[in-house]
Parts: sequence; C-alpha cells; structure tokens
Amino acid sequence: MDLKLKIWRQKNQNTKGKFVTYPVSNISKDSSFLEMMDVLNESLIAKDEEPIAFDHDCREGICGCCSLYINGRPHGPDEKITVCQLHMRKFKDGETVVIEPWRARPFPVIKDLIVDRTAFDKIITEGGYISVNTGNAADASVIPISKEDADLSFDAAACIGCGACVAACKNASAMLFVSAKISQFALLPQGRIEAKQRVDSMISKMDELGFGSCTNTGACEAECPKGITLTNIARLNREFIKAKVG
Amino acid sequence: MVNLNSNVPEGPLAEKWTKYKAGQKLVNPKNKTKLDVIVVGTGLAGASAAASLGEMGFNVQSFCYQDSPRRAHSIAAQGGINAAKNYQNDGDSIYRLFFDTIKGGDYRSREGNVYRLAEVSNNIIDQCVAQGVPFAREYGGYLDNRSFGGAQVSRTFYARGQTGQQLLLGAYGALMRQVKLGKVKINARVEMHDLVIVDGKARGIITRDMVSGKIESHFAHAVVLATGGYGNTFFLSTMAMGANVSAAWQSHKRGALFANPSFVQIHPTCIPVHGDYQSKLTLMSESLRNDGRIWVPKNKEDAEKIRSGSLKPKDLKEEDRDYYLERRYPAFGNLVPRDVASRAAKERCDEGHGVGTGLAVFLDFKDAIAKMGKKTIEDKYGNLFQMYEKITDDNPYETPMMIYPAIHYSMGGLWVDYGLMTTIPGLFAIGEANFSDHGANRLGASALMQGLADGYFVLPYTIQNYLADDISTPRMSTDLPEFKAASKNVEDKMSRLINVKGSKTVDSFHKRLGHIMWNYVGMAREKKGLEKAIVEIQELRKEFWKDVKVPGLLNDLNTELEKAARVADFLELGELMARDALQREESCGGHFREEFKTPEGEALRNDKDFTFVAAWEHKGEGKKAELHKEVLNFEFVELKQRNYK
Repeated sequence: MDLKLKIWRQKNQNTKGKFVTYPVSNISKDSSFLEMMDVLNESLIAKDEEPIAFDHDCREGICGCCSLYINGRPHGPDEKITVCQLHMRKFKDGETVVIEPWRARPFPVIKDLIVDRTAFDKIITEGGYISVNTGNAADASVIPISKEDADLSFDAAACIGCGACVAACKNASAMLFVSAKISQFALLPQGRIEAKQRVDSMISKMDELGFGSCTNTGACEAECPKGITLTNIARLNREFIKAKVG
Repeated sequence: MVNLNSNVPEGPLAEKWTKYKAGQKLVNPKNKTKLDVIVVGTGLAGASAAASLGEMGFNVQSFCYQDSPRRAHSIAAQGGINAAKNYQNDGDSIYRLFFDTIKGGDYRSREGNVYRLAEVSNNIIDQCVAQGVPFAREYGGYLDNRSFGGAQVSRTFYARGQTGQQLLLGAYGALMRQVKLGKVKINARVEMHDLVIVDGKARGIITRDMVSGKIESHFAHAVVLATGGYGNTFFLSTMAMGANVSAAWQSHKRGALFANPSFVQIHPTCIPVHGDYQSKLTLMSESLRNDGRIWVPKNKEDAEKIRSGSLKPKDLKEEDRDYYLERRYPAFGNLVPRDVASRAAKERCDEGHGVGTGLAVFLDFKDAIAKMGKKTIEDKYGNLFQMYEKITDDNPYETPMMIYPAIHYSMGGLWVDYGLMTTIPGLFAIGEANFSDHGANRLGASALMQGLADGYFVLPYTIQNYLADDISTPRMSTDLPEFKAASKNVEDKMSRLINVKGSKTVDSFHKRLGHIMWNYVGMAREKKGLEKAIVEIQELRKEFWKDVKVPGLLNDLNTELEKAARVADFLELGELMARDALQREESCGGHFREEFKTPEGEALRNDKDFTFVAAWEHKGEGKKAELHKEVLNFEFVELKQRNYK
C-alpha cells in the first residue's frame, strides 16, 4: 500500500518543530506500524537525510517505550494496543497519516517524536512501592488474598507507563497513571500500611510536575492500551479523601 | 595468567551456600557508605541488585539505555517464575528443582551454582509477594501455580501472561525507593561503552549520553554488569530492539573471559517469520503448551493443501494429524524442554509437513476449549491470544495458532565464579549476562528466577566478600590516565563509525549477519557450515568498517550511531559464537551438531571430552581468541542421556 505521512520533526527541545510530508510506497499490510517507519528511515538514510527519531524497544506492547500520536489518537486507530502492535491493515491505501509526539507540558520533546517522560519516574519515586527491604519478607502464603482483589490489583498493575493517558487528556492529567499504582497497592493488605502517605505524596508530586486536573472526561480510559479503567481514579479519590480526613 | 577457579565451597551440596555465607567477609554499615558500586542494566537482575545494594548502604549508580529503568526487557517475560515451594504438594523440593535445572541444561552447568539458585528460589516469591506483586491466586486466596517444560511438577508462579512485567515493576519500585532515600542514582538513556581497569581491578565505566552524545567517565569500587543476553546477534529474535552485548563485549576485550557463547536458546513457540521487513519476532509464552497441543498434518499432501489455503486446519480429521511431541515423548508430551520442542518442529518442517510459509506448526486449543470452556482459556491466556490476533489477524479461539522456533535467550555469557565475579577482579556479571546456571539449555520460568536470585540474594552477599578488602581505597578521580585512555578509545570508535560515510545502512549489515547466524549457527550446526560462517562474518565485518553509513552527528541524539556501535560488537561476537560451536564436537541442549546425534535424532553428548565450560580469552584485534576450559565436576548428579520419553 502507498501512504502519505505527515510527521513532526523537531531538532531538539530548544528549537521549533514542524510537520514534514513523506510519501511511502509498497508497504505490506501485514507489517507493523513501526516496521513501516523503519522502511521510511532506511529510505531517508539512503537519501543522506537524518532518520526520524522515535522511542521503541520491546515491540510487543509491554515496555511502554513507543509513544506516537497517530491521526489524533495516542497509539493510533486500533483498540487496546500500543503503536508497536498496530498493523498497517488498519489503514487504507492512499491514506494520509499524521504522526506526532505525545503533547503535554510535563513531557517535553527531546527530538522528533521522542519525549521526556521522567516525570512518571519522579511520581513513582514518591511512593509507588511497598517499603520492604530484601530479606524482610515472611512466607508468601502467610497472607491469603481473595482472588477478586488479587485480580483487580493485577488489572491496575498492568499499566505500562507509556503516558498515552496524559497525551489523550485535554488537561494533560496523569490521574489514570497515578491511580493505577495507588489501586494496585490499595487492594492488597501489604499495601494498606503506607496507603495514606502514598496517595498524599504521589498526588503532590503529580501536581508539582505540572500535570493538569482530572475533569472525568474519560479520554484516558478510552485510549489506554492496557485497559486501565476510570474505576481506579474513583478509588484514588476515595483513598485521597480517606488520607485527608480519616 | 587466566585463573578459572570456580571457587565453589567444598562440602555437601545443600551446605555449600550456607558455608559460603558463614565464612565470607562482610563490610560494616559505616564502611558501606564509603563504597561506590556501578550497576549497568535495570532488568530483573540489575534493578534488584541496585535496590538491594542501596538498602544495604552502598552508594549505587544505576545505568540503562532506555528512558526509564522500568522498561528493561525483563518486562516482556510472559509465563512465570519457578520456585520449589511445593505449595501444590506434588513432590517438589529444592533438590528436584536443582536436578531438573541441571538435567534441563544437559549437564553443562555448575552443580554448586544451580543448587544455590534452587535454594534461594523460595525467598524470591516471598520477597515479591511482600512488594505487592499481584501473582495469580486461587479462590481460597492462596497462590496458584502452573507447569512448564522440563518438569513434572507445577512450580511456576505467574501473573497472567505478564509475570516479567509484574516482577520487574516490583524491583523497579524497590529501586525508586532507594532513589528517594538518596542511595541510588539513575542514569537513564546512558549506554556503557567501555570498562576502566586501574591496577588490575575494575574501577569504572565510560558511557555515552544518548541525548547529548557526551562521553562520560564514572568511578566505582566495583562494577556489576546486568546487561542481559546477546540474542540480537541474529537480528531477528524475541529480544528488545535495543538489547545488545556491548557492555559485556567491551569488558571481554578488557580481559573478562566469555563462556559458552554458542549456547543460545531457540524458543519453540514464537509467531513465525512472515516478511523481510520484519524487525523482531514475538514470543508466545511456553505456558500455552500446558493446554495447547502441537501438531502438523500427517500427510505432506494435506500440509500442502493447508499451505495453499484449499484446506482449513480445523477441517483436517483427527486421524490425519500428527501430534508429534506427544508421539515422540509420551512422558512429557507437549511440555518437553525448549531445545527438544524446537528441533522437533524443525524436523517436521524440513520433512515437508510445515504449514503457513512451510516454516510453522500448529498450536491448537480446540481440545482445551472443548474441555474447559472458552472462558477458562480466556482467563488463562487472554492477553496472549489478543496479542496473536493483533499480529496475525487470525483468531486463535477459532483456528489453531501457527508457531515456529526463534532466538530467545543466551545461556552463554561472561564467565563468573561462584561469587559471580568475572576474571577481572571487581567486575561482576549477573542474570542473563553471565553463563553459570542454565548450562546448554534453560528451562522455562528459570530466567526470572535466576535474575532475581542473583540480584536480591546472591550478589549482595558475594560482592561484600570482595569489597571488604577495599574499604580503605579512596574514591578515584576520573582524570586518571586509565579513565582518559578508555574515554578516548570510545570517542575514537564513535568518530570512526560516523566517518566511514559508506553506502549501506547499519540495519542492512545487521540483517546479513543475522542470516549467516541463523543459517549456520542456528538450530542445527555442522563443521562445514560453521567454518563458512567464520569466513563470511570476517568479510562482513571488514565491509562494515569500509562501507557503513551512519548519518547525523556525534553530539546529538543519534539512533543510527547507537545501532552502529552495537552491530560492530555483534559482528565480533558472531565469529566467536561460531568458533565455540565449532570446537564443541558434541550435541548438548540448544547446541545441536548434525554430526553428533543418536539414531533417533536426539542430541548426543560427549561427556568424556566436553564436560567443560568453554571460556574464551580475547587476544587482540584480528587475532584468534584462546580457549580455556573449566572442567565441570559432577559430584552429586550422575550424567545421563536426557530422556523425556
């Protein structure tokens, strides 16, 4: 198939970016979107042009590196997958495809389609863990946990930290990301001990880093490649209120 | 002088580790704060080691090439992690886990190391549960287990099909907690390019900042490599795109011996290759073999009809299907170890029974769905089925999956002793980056176990035994001539790469290397092919340095330059892999030499001549590496031909 790609090019954080149009041809519909980008890059190198920089690593939808905003949607037109799992059969021959980086103030562009997401690491640093030293642990079977809670905790823990929720949100809110981590631990007895402090410090850090407020629009949930639900945000709010008044 | 003393403590198997810990040197809390440790890599081994060392009081610098430590490729491990808990009351024990691992590795690993691995496996599960890792549970609230290849017990703990992700996020959390406490500093998007040795000891590393391109020097009292495997030598593999051997390879060139480089694992259940634009292969977890049945059409004519699309696989009658693993290995059936399953698939396809492009076999859930219902299968494997459908556009609930073997894991790696130290004092290698625990073939769900065993429970002890003698060594300036020289070495290499200004892209060389490796150093190897591979790799390497084209600038984010530096190292390692495969005139585990097989086509070991670890010493640019042997002594296990029938 043949396509026209409009791709965001930006030299670095301090220069202004712009869209550049590249035609590509003879793309297999069975190739992945990133393989299509590889083909384009190989052709750019052949023409002595610099290839387009984009983040990617595992190419199987789990590391959370890839982060393209395609035709106005984070991770593109398919449901519940990352860009690296997106295949060209989802596009039509002759289509124009617009490719941008995540757009959010806390995620500044580093180059072309690569953004800096260290803000997420900074939020986790504030409490996205249970404080247990190596060697502290008792036998794993000491605390039975109901299957339902364990499953819900897993559903929240499935977050890959890609940032699509922030990119999708008109306010660039990180609530879905933060709530996934809060929920994972709120649902487990091991996580209850530090629950108050955790929600308090992670929320403060999120605000400090410039992420916007949540207005319950639900774009994050709609675009999350891992199906993290708004229920988690409700749980985070509950945990936050408990921490403040309880 | 090369010293290949494994330093495994004397005495009964079950007492070795206890004895080591009782006799080892320790560093007191106050002195720990004076000591710096560099940990390269943030996968399961690296993140758990860095976090544990930080908790103990050392000053840790952690490095990863990804934008966040949470993205290291351990995250992609799907199926599970083994432990000898015996929660299922099915006869498991530490000894049995040890024995299965030794046997699974085809008797080419060290007894002492493997027993210790089995011994600490239970602590790992405890630690991870305490961290809030949401393992799968049964309705009573207790932990669930499943079976994996090469074992007749259910000892695998799992978190749906995302066990690696959950374990890594647990270790990442522990790591970030130490960042908060000021004991660990993260250096993300920074790649190691050289090791610095001062007075015979590893004292630091040279890195390149992947955003600014700056070459930087870092000092530490000890350096830990947790940099993973080298499967990307083959271009197509289940590894992450950025996974590379450069840190280990540069350390090898500085004197660390590289052990058993030819031992790579070819995983039987991956989505088959479908086009030359393809950039990577996707694994379908081994756990699928619990319920899926592997087959090909019994008759070649049916295989051809299925390939051409005139016959649907589900319409082929039961008696016309060949469930070849169940037929050949009735005792283990579809759960034979990976090397055995991979070779059996290749054999069927080579005989003309393959489906798809001809290089694929079926993995069928028809019977499992009929027996347990679609819902149960969806609960167990839902995300894997979804992943398969997104890639292939086929619905595995309705039509069988197609799979074929692909490069997956490196059993070989830097040679280490019982304390996980390489032949360079002060340089440690943990996780997939070392060679020590899996012999010639790794069992499923054992990589996660080894990564976390090394990082949480082994290295934090053994590194103290080394650092205890270093407590009065002051921090060194990175202005020392050794740092300057190593730094210049890296700068020169980068500018050489960018200044070749040839006509061919880095990927084109990498793909050509991958073809040579897959054809001659892949699932079946023979003398003539290996000799040919050595010559072809040498020629390709020459061509690379004459004709590679690396656009962009040195001091900028330059993805092509990153790739070029990695491929330059793969082009050197590839030759060593072929040499190692050539010298090992036997078949064992993942290393299969056509010349050495039983009449039934099974791997034929030669215990008399090859019960050793092949540890290679770098002799300088363009010179042949020298082989050293660490003889493996089996005191507790009797060497037998593996039998999964």
